[in-house]
Amino acid sequence: MIAARPQPAQGHFRTPLMETPFHPRLAALAETNDWYGWAGMKSLHSVYDEELEYFAIRSTAALFDISPMAKYRVRGPGSEAMLNRLTLRDVRKLAPGRVHYTAWCDDEGHVLDDGTLFRLAPDDFRLCCQGRHLPWLLDTAEGFDCTVTDETDEVAGLALQGPCSFAVLAAAGFTGAETLKPFQLRDFPHEGGRVTISRTGFTGDLGYELFVAADAALTLWDRLWSAGQPLRLKAIGYNALNRARIEAGFIVAGADFTPADQAIRTDRVRMPDEIGLDWMVDLTKSAFTGRRAIAAARAKGTLKHILVGLDIADNTPAEGAIVYHRGKREAGVVSAAIWSPTLKRNIAIASLDRPYGSRLTDDLWVEIYALRELRYAKLMKPARIVPRPFLTLPRRSATPPGRF
Amino acid sequence: MKQHDVILIGGGHNGLVTAGYLQRAGLNVLVVEKNPWVGGAATSRDTGTGVTFSNCSYVCSLFRPEIMRDLELPKHGLQIISYEGGAVFTRDGDYLASYRDHDSHRREFARFSARDAEAYESYARDVTRQCRFIQPLLMRTAPDPVSFKPRDIAELLWIARRFGNFSAEEMAATVRFWTMSIADFLEEYFETDVIKAYLALSGIIGTALGPMSPGTAYVLLHHYMGEVDGSVGAWGYARGGMGAVTQALAASFTAAGGTIRTDAGVAKVLTKGGRTRGVVLETGEEILAPRVVSNADVKRTFLKLVDPADLPDPFLHRVKHFKMRGSSGKLNIALDGLPDFPALPEGSRCAMGDMHFTDSVERMERGYDDWKAGRWSADPFVDMMIPTQLDPTMAPPGQHFMSCFVQYCPPKLEGRDWTDADRAAFAETVVSQIADYSPGFRDRIIGMEVRTPRELEAEVGLTEGNIFQGELTFDQLLFNRPVPGYAQYRSPIPGLYICGSSTHPGGGVMGAPGRNAAAEILRDLRMHPKEMRPAHDVL
Ligand SMILES: Cc1cc2nc3c(=O)[nH]c(=O)nc-3n(C[C@H](O)[C@H](O)[C@H](O)COP(=O)(O)OP(=O)(O)OC[C@H]3O[C@@H](n4cnc5c(N)ncnc54)[C@H](O)[C@@H]3O)c2cc1C
Repeated sequence: MIAARPQPAQGHFRTPLMETPFHPRLAALAETNDWYGWAGMKSLHSVYDEELEYFAIRSTAALFDISPMAKYRVRGPGSEAMLNRLTLRDVRKLAPGRVHYTAWCDDEGHVLDDGTLFRLAPDDFRLCCQGRHLPWLLDTAEGFDCTVTDETDEVAGLALQGPCSFAVLAAAGFTGAETLKPFQLRDFPHEGGRVTISRTGFTGDLGYELFVAADAALTLWDRLWSAGQPLRLKAIGYNALNRARIEAGFIVAGADFTPADQAIRTDRVRMPDEIGLDWMVDLTKSAFTGRRAIAAARAKGTLKHILVGLDIADNTPAEGAIVYHRGKREAGVVSAAIWSPTLKRNIAIASLDRPYGSRLTDDLWVEIYALRELRYAKLMKPARIVPRPFLTLPRRSATPPGRF
Repeated sequence: MKQHDVILIGGGHNGLVTAGYLQRAGLNVLVVEKNPWVGGAATSRDTGTGVTFSNCSYVCSLFRPEIMRDLELPKHGLQIISYEGGAVFTRDGDYLASYRDHDSHRREFARFSARDAEAYESYARDVTRQCRFIQPLLMRTAPDPVSFKPRDIAELLWIARRFGNFSAEEMAATVRFWTMSIADFLEEYFETDVIKAYLALSGIIGTALGPMSPGTAYVLLHHYMGEVDGSVGAWGYARGGMGAVTQALAASFTAAGGTIRTDAGVAKVLTKGGRTRGVVLETGEEILAPRVVSNADVKRTFLKLVDPADLPDPFLHRVKHFKMRGSSGKLNIALDGLPDFPALPEGSRCAMGDMHFTDSVERMERGYDDWKAGRWSADPFVDMMIPTQLDPTMAPPGQHFMSCFVQYCPPKLEGRDWTDADRAAFAETVVSQIADYSPGFRDRIIGMEVRTPRELEAEVGLTEGNIFQGELTFDQLLFNRPVPGYAQYRSPIPGLYICGSSTHPGGGVMGAPGRNAAAEILRDLRMHPKEMRPAHDVL
């Protein structure tokens, strides 16, 4: 007879959606109760009103729980070299106390994910991303003197975004935050421990991201929340954030491109140049995974796709619409679209098949199917390629930051 | 007496699929089945315990939805129910469960290895990619590479184009996949023994190969290619047991005007002037028809039912060497209550799925070593399920049907035949393995049906008891199944066809061989029935 060996970890199946460290606070605020699963964690599509939450981002300050993001820690004397092998940008140029937005590819130069790389100390990095990549990171780390650990569950994350976000930090007593420049990070004391604050975000607005040990999450929330109330700080859900990120022209893995390790159809993968990340590729640095394939594709001109920003006539968002050249030839698909309340423009991110979007940039049309009371309005609207970000806010980069 | 256009030898599911399509196309079809029931290896019967068993096959995924739809099987009572879960008990008292929910599945794997938990995704993606290539081939007749007929050339080009679209890396991955062992394949993704053991099952089921034998990775694919309502790779139960599939097929066939005669074993296929003329039953009765289709396996058909003088020698040689080694056994157990597995936490739906006790690939391979030596294994590899947790129709309230498929059970014991005492000793190895993990298990048993290759051959007519009418290794697939030059359901004798799992695309309750065979027969008759709608686009 084999005796059973029960352990607490076995019970996880009872809660397929786990709670983030901020859950008690979010649950208390959630009026819409519009929960969804983000990487297996309970997250909110909206907290009280998606529309109003968007204006918290653009007019006051918004707090968004980013704890479900995958977080990997890379440490050790070989970590810089390892990350330089892994990612597209030159990590040697990333000074300690700085963050950069980067991406990484498989051997064929197809993008696996994008994410932010935080250099916490000369030999200590945190990589934040949508997907899970532990096997890939461990394989890359082989031969480098460094360790890779998954700290997704141990580290809680908050995005504090909006014109008043600095004022909230200041009111919460994070003195010195005013000197943080965009993409800079620093540790601040919190409840006997510390919180890492970086001037980063996904909204194109003034904003910060805060990382703290999971057990200090609630005290951090409370500290920001009570300081933020007079400054009209609001908790927000993903839908509002998504609007802001489209205005800022940011792409989302799994939505605007299919990560190479998830694509079942092998022709759906994308090279960095095909999703607007060509500027990251540093062919002058040491070898990195995918380098040869990317260089070859550029040399041979075999890039197949291109990611563009579109400004579409009319006011109906073009989510999922097909893009046509001259209204006839299929040229691509819209992966994200909104009517931008701040720009008063109908904007979209689209993936086009070259030469559309590269050589042929005129005469593009978007076919929008709008279901209106059981009848589709089929709209064929002209679209113009415009640069991303659609929205550039001076307050995003001003140092010292403004108070609103 | 009415004249028959076609006689079908055998009422297995493939035979009934062929019969159903032909009858609906307007032909007059007679099915003659040797047993008192139809179904072959897809039957459910109560053997006297009060509980209905799925006597042979027990889970459904491969059965093509196109066939269910064309032959209106739901109207004739067929329901396939999805289930979730699965678990492997480990010898240290823990277990590894499998869940439908993506994140629960990941967290369960993460209990053993954070790396393996995340590697599962790329594993699933790679297997799905391979499925995408192979799956569209299921519902098409394999091209004959040397016939040079326009249709075969077109079909070869179609496959070549699919292959041609591959990148160099994909091509390499595919060729490796077709030739690798399941153990080596899993090794590339996972580090944890129990995870590899759990996933290796599909590579060896019904196959006289071990998890370390080359070619077993492809066998995994064969079991991954199915679907339940579009959910690829998912498995379900047929409500009422696997016999529900063949009962619905039989009802659909007779409703269309077809005739089934049970207790009507065929002794010989009649030929005259080199052409098929009909069959002679074991009773001596002759039934004439210009076309005969055999659902029996290729060896039984051509080595037992056909006069060798009617067949070319090279063909006979190939048939004799078609690999059909029996390697599986089964225990169907009636229980007076749900067995208790203290290792599993209360409320886990993993117990609804397949449960195993073999927690390492090494142990599986040892089981295979026993098979090679002509022994059953003292540490058998068991795929155990209790469908009555979801299906209310098979047992009285409180009672249950437990299906225990045992991989590695030899057709002969060190060269001699099985005896009833051997069979009881074989069953005891399985019962005692379950009892190791389930206190009081023996007391729950109210009846049992034990099947070794001997019983499978005697009942279903499967030569050596091979559950797939021939192994699913790459050398015996596509245009090589069952015999090169005869992979298009025709035989050297005009008017004689084969439609069982011995033909492309092979075994499992899939129906694809039966449908493809019907398409070829109708083609010979220049008929294009509207009932046979095109195969669905997959994935
Ligand atoms: C123990 C076991 C477990 C299995 N588990 C699964 C499973 O869980 N899922 C799955 O998908 N597949 C499973 N399979 C495989 C699957 O059941 C078979 O591949 C499939 O049922 C074969 O169907 P068939 O119509 O090709 O042939 P068969 O089912 O072999 O049918 C042949 C028919 O011909 C009849 N016959 C033979 N000779 C004569 C004769 N001379 N005269 C008249 N009639 C004759 C037989 O009685 C039989 O009815 C299992 C098989 C076995 C044996």
